[in-house]
Amino acid sequence: MTHFRYEILRMLRNRMFYGITLGLPLVLFYAIASGQRHVIFDGTSFPLYFMTAMAVYGSMYAVVAPGARIARDRSGGWIRQLRVTPLRVRTDLAAKVAAAYLLALPTVVLLYLAGASIGVHLDAAQWLRMTGLIVAGLVPFVVMGFILGYLVPVDALAAALGGLVVLFALLGGVFGFQLATSGPLFDVLKGLPSYWLVQAGRTTVMGGGWPAEAWIVIALWTAVLIPAAALAYRRATSRV
Amino acid sequence: MTITADAGQGIVLSGLSKSYGPVRAVRGLDLTIAPGETVAMLGPNGAGKTTTIDMILGLTRPDKGTVSIFGSPPAVAVRDGWVGAMLQAGAPLDHLRVRELVKVMASYYPHPLDVAEVLRVTGASDFAGQWTTKLSGGQAQRVRFAAALVGDPDLLLLDEPTAGIDVEGRRDFWQAMRAVTQQGKTVVFATHYLEEADAYADRIVLIARGQIVADGPATEIKAQATARTIRATLPGVDARALGTLPGVRSAQRHGDSVVLSCTDADAALAALLGAFPATRDIEVTGGSLEAAFLELTTADADAGHQVMETAR
Repeated sequence: MTHFRYEILRMLRNRMFYGITLGLPLVLFYAIASGQRHVIFDGTSFPLYFMTAMAVYGSMYAVVAPGARIARDRSGGWIRQLRVTPLRVRTDLAAKVAAAYLLALPTVVLLYLAGASIGVHLDAAQWLRMTGLIVAGLVPFVVMGFILGYLVPVDALAAALGGLVVLFALLGGVFGFQLATSGPLFDVLKGLPSYWLVQAGRTTVMGGGWPAEAWIVIALWTAVLIPAAALAYRRATSRV
Repeated sequence: MTITADAGQGIVLSGLSKSYGPVRAVRGLDLTIAPGETVAMLGPNGAGKTTTIDMILGLTRPDKGTVSIFGSPPAVAVRDGWVGAMLQAGAPLDHLRVRELVKVMASYYPHPLDVAEVLRVTGASDFAGQWTTKLSGGQAQRVRFAAALVGDPDLLLLDEPTAGIDVEGRRDFWQAMRAVTQQGKTVVFATHYLEEADAYADRIVLIARGQIVADGPATEIKAQATARTIRATLPGVDARALGTLPGVRSAQRHGDSVVLSCTDADAALAALLGAFPATRDIEVTGGSLEAAFLELTTADADAGHQVMETAR
């Protein structure tokens, strides 16, 4: 519990980072969506689409953040110090994940408020369902953050994490345009967790939630990434 | 190697081996440490001290051999909070203050010590409010010591705890260490400072090239280490013949002069003059700690073992 509390504290004290995850999506949202309130995009209102996209964008940054802290612990050798305490790795990671989601939540809520302020109307159940989808869809990104944190040298990590988020955001349609809406490229895009994250808003309004396809994509990414993270962890902590 | 009666309760390393590619870092190391003992692992850089400590902690998996900590494998001992370690590197977590870091470490252990008390004992109270990333070398060392100590472990492993610390800082550290180990902790520390091993350990284990080359109480090792040296001019005599004289541990020849490292210089001198009356320019000196240390740790492994036998 103390560990969890200090994980949150460490995150909040990184003000620059926190400011960016919280502020950047909000600024982008107002800058781009406020002029296009009545535009229909991807079968839904642009503000709803872009609100979801920006909430996803900010929370993606939030949930890969533990990777940055892992890398710093690793580069300083503290990760080995932790390994010789009774703290279990899974407790440590659970605390980091919980802290990351807690950091992501204000971003999401802030974007909801911003969306509502320019005319996005959802009922309470819809807001909740959409939040649930975002929470689930972020899981692969949490794990990707861990993997990069274990493998990438600390001085390259900011670029790696930023690149990861931007790449997935771009391909998933976060920036308000989609690279393809049909054909083989579209099929590839639909295999990305970020595509479905962005769809969290639209599918909630249209039909109640994700299709089975989305759940399979998220589950597959998670199933492949978790063993990869375990391998990365072992590589990072053994001295060979 | 003597096995003590309560071996199962102490730290037992048997047949420990580890290679990194072609480098054999640790080669068949056997060591038994009784509970409450303070043991110095003394050896030059690259002797295998850190690898050994990593294997005791379970951070490195041995290629061969086993580690038992109070009767349990390392993973169990670590999980149950019996072990506290001060590793060589350990830049503490950032975005935390010193007191917070020690508190969070305490929270991992089932029966931690009082955080304020630990900060006081380790001399970290004065900068307990400082950010962990803004510490001097000596301060960071105290924080790492506090972090190792706060869980009140039965076994403390310190890997070169005073490396890079000035003389005064070193003395303060060992004073704090003394205060702590009076409470019956088992302490194993690695060092390449001979004086440090001598001053603070009950027992010194000398490690070179991944093997134990000498093992005994500090006083014994010291007596062995401070053996006298005889230098003389004596042309045409085989160094091997000199090496077999009574009281002589080893003999070397440099041109016409010979150097005898002695366990009993008086007996050796008498024997030398008896056997080789032509010996001239005799000079008897007390060997320095450093010279003996170098001799023990740089001799080939077999010679090292002979030295150990002689010492017993």
